[in-house]
Amino acid sequence: MRIVKIIGITLAAGTTLAACEKDAAPVTVPSDYQKELQTQLITAKAGDVITIPAGVHSINRGLSLDVSGVTIRGAGMDESILSFKGQIQGAEGLLVTASDFTIEDLAIEDTAGDGLKINEGRNIVIRRVRTEWTNGPDEKNGAYGIYPVQTENVLLEESIAIAASDAGIYVGQSRNVIVRNNRVERNVAGIEIENTFSADVYGNVANENTGGILVFNMPDLPQPGHSTRVFQNTVIGNNTDNFGAEGTPVASVPAGSGIVINSNDKVEIFDNDIADNDTANIIISSYYATGFQGTRAVVANYDPYPETIYIYNNRLSGGGSSPDGLDLKALRIALFGLGGSLPDILWDGFVNTDKLDAQGNHLAEYAICVDNGDAEILNADLPNGSSDIVIGAAQHQCRHEKLPAVVLAAPLG
Amino acid sequence: MFIAVCAVLAACEPSPRSTVVHPVDAVPEVLSEWRVVFADGDRFRLNDRVVPYDLNTPLFSDYALKLRTIWLPDGGAAVYNDSRELDFPIGTIISKTFHYEKSAQWSEHRFAVVKADRESSLNASGHLDLNDYVLVETRLLVRYESGWQAFPYVWNATQDEAFLEVAGEQINIELVDALGSETIAYIVPDTNQCGGCHTPDHSSRQLRPLGPKAWQLNREYSWWGDPVSQLHHWVATGLLQPFDSTPPRGSRWSEPGDDSLEQRAKAYLDSNCAHCHNAAGAADTSALHLDIGAAVDRHYGVCKTPVAVGRGSGDRPYDIYPGRPDDSILVYRMQHSDPAIAMPELGRGSVHVEGVRLIRDWVSGMNGEC
Repeated sequence: MRIVKIIGITLAAGTTLAACEKDAAPVTVPSDYQKELQTQLITAKAGDVITIPAGVHSINRGLSLDVSGVTIRGAGMDESILSFKGQIQGAEGLLVTASDFTIEDLAIEDTAGDGLKINEGRNIVIRRVRTEWTNGPDEKNGAYGIYPVQTENVLLEESIAIAASDAGIYVGQSRNVIVRNNRVERNVAGIEIENTFSADVYGNVANENTGGILVFNMPDLPQPGHSTRVFQNTVIGNNTDNFGAEGTPVASVPAGSGIVINSNDKVEIFDNDIADNDTANIIISSYYATGFQGTRAVVANYDPYPETIYIYNNRLSGGGSSPDGLDLKALRIALFGLGGSLPDILWDGFVNTDKLDAQGNHLAEYAICVDNGDAEILNADLPNGSSDIVIGAAQHQCRHEKLPAVVLAAPLG
Repeated sequence: MFIAVCAVLAACEPSPRSTVVHPVDAVPEVLSEWRVVFADGDRFRLNDRVVPYDLNTPLFSDYALKLRTIWLPDGGAAVYNDSRELDFPIGTIISKTFHYEKSAQWSEHRFAVVKADRESSLNASGHLDLNDYVLVETRLLVRYESGWQAFPYVWNATQDEAFLEVAGEQINIELVDALGSETIAYIVPDTNQCGGCHTPDHSSRQLRPLGPKAWQLNREYSWWGDPVSQLHHWVATGLLQPFDSTPPRGSRWSEPGDDSLEQRAKAYLDSNCAHCHNAAGAADTSALHLDIGAAVDRHYGVCKTPVAVGRGSGDRPYDIYPGRPDDSILVYRMQHSDPAIAMPELGRGSVHVEGVRLIRDWVSGMNGEC
């Protein structure tokens, strides 16, 4: 049985996985174009533009590029399609380990693992790239659609990511990143910003995922993250059942999550349209609430508490009417009646006791500040077994200094 | 550096003639021009001064047998190192020839080979008999002034030449054992994929040999005579400069011998995983470090939750769950050959049954809770 846990609340999701799934995919045959493209990628020199012609091109093994200064350009997201259906080798469709890289106007479909992965690089532009599993949400889909990790100075825009079994767009362990005007739908996580410094996420449409936009920090990694602004996005109806594999961070995300902050600091959420996310429009939680950390202490330098959070001027509506998880369902009915809804913002209530004032509230610097009209926050008080659930906004009426906009450095800036 | 002048003369004189280091911008299309290894359809053999060697715990590659050789230019000798690969002089050529033993079902039209986990060995006269074996590919690693370069050559059907294939190749083969047969896509890596493993320091983008490290070479090997210690033989024959230190223990993954289960497991995980899974490797994004020198702690996977594992988690919570191999992601990924799940990512069209057994046994015997 797969168990989905959210802020201490357990839901048996009812998915039984066979002990050992059948691997043996039929052995497919490579196309002539595959070898041509591979050769272009291998022999590329800085300054080259590799053109992907219009058409559907079958590729059955992972492609890779390790030369900096190369552009890959198709004829459009619906015209130039690299189809990896029947992929027999490679953990991703296209793996890029290079800098000064631009990819635009093409689609990567049905990869066995991740769609586009960029591992270590600077000055990366991803523009009008579509990654999609054409069969729709399925736990057998690859994990990430567009996946820059350990990158710096990144512009990811006007792209589309559909039906990834983890995150459609996943930016990990990076710095100085703009993710804008993308469309992400029917993924487990629409957009996930993880262990990243200085990210601006705006103008995106994140609808019909399990969780719309996530800002996470995971333990044990070389780089913790902070300073993310999430603004002017549309985040509506992210109620798709969680189809991620347990053990992945996103498996802890309940269906019906709009924007989720987990263990990350200095996060600003403002001017978004967030609606009809059935668990909550906004969730703020700690690593301790994800249910998979085990009993061993996390590494000493990991900060599992979300701190210095600032939520303001969002347009919030609907939401909280049908939360994922039996305990949340019960909580909703107990507190708000059969027809009632949970508040717009849920917080698990975990705090670092070293950062509290005499009254037990966050020191101003670390507070969770909500300045968002009549939006209320529910503190589930999980550290104390939910013995003192608090609903309201009074304790969160504060403001933080606003984060600066991310400015891309030359040559992208 | 040598220039390929001998091509002109080759016709006049039978081999062997000396091995040639071709310039990096004039790499020959055919393997024979390097004059490292040769095959004529009947026999596969090495040129003079090309020395075969073996490793204690090699990387698994779809049950292929591997014949490794090294050739150093005149007067060159490697410098010993305890932990990194030996430091080889410019002009060094390392070769690795992937081959299989033909099965009883083998025919011209049926690539059916023996699925057996064993080491390659030359026969008493220093050859491979191509009645019994089929050559698949020979990969070269060549040390230039600018660093190492990798070149994959694929053998032809007549087994008398191998051709450079920078984009790699796919060969569908049948692995046959007593239990039956399975058809897999054997993938010759493209030259970028060579770097997928041979770049243990991912940020440097520098290719390096992975096998010839002191602990891997510290074993006996017998060719054309009595078993001798490889490292001592290399010193005695001038391949390696004399060194003072005691080389690290050469743990054999496949043989209990004097090694503990943990030593064998760590040797196996080093060879198969640590080229990416080390603190500077391509997989440092996962913070899982499996190099042989690493402590068996959280970063080694013990009670470690995954970061970006996707379906590779198999709904399991930790990379290594002590005492519970069926709840350990590491074991799950080894048990599968689906590219979304399989680890390592390359050379794994099949599951390494014996490797899985080793790691399962080790995890089963571990104590502790998460």
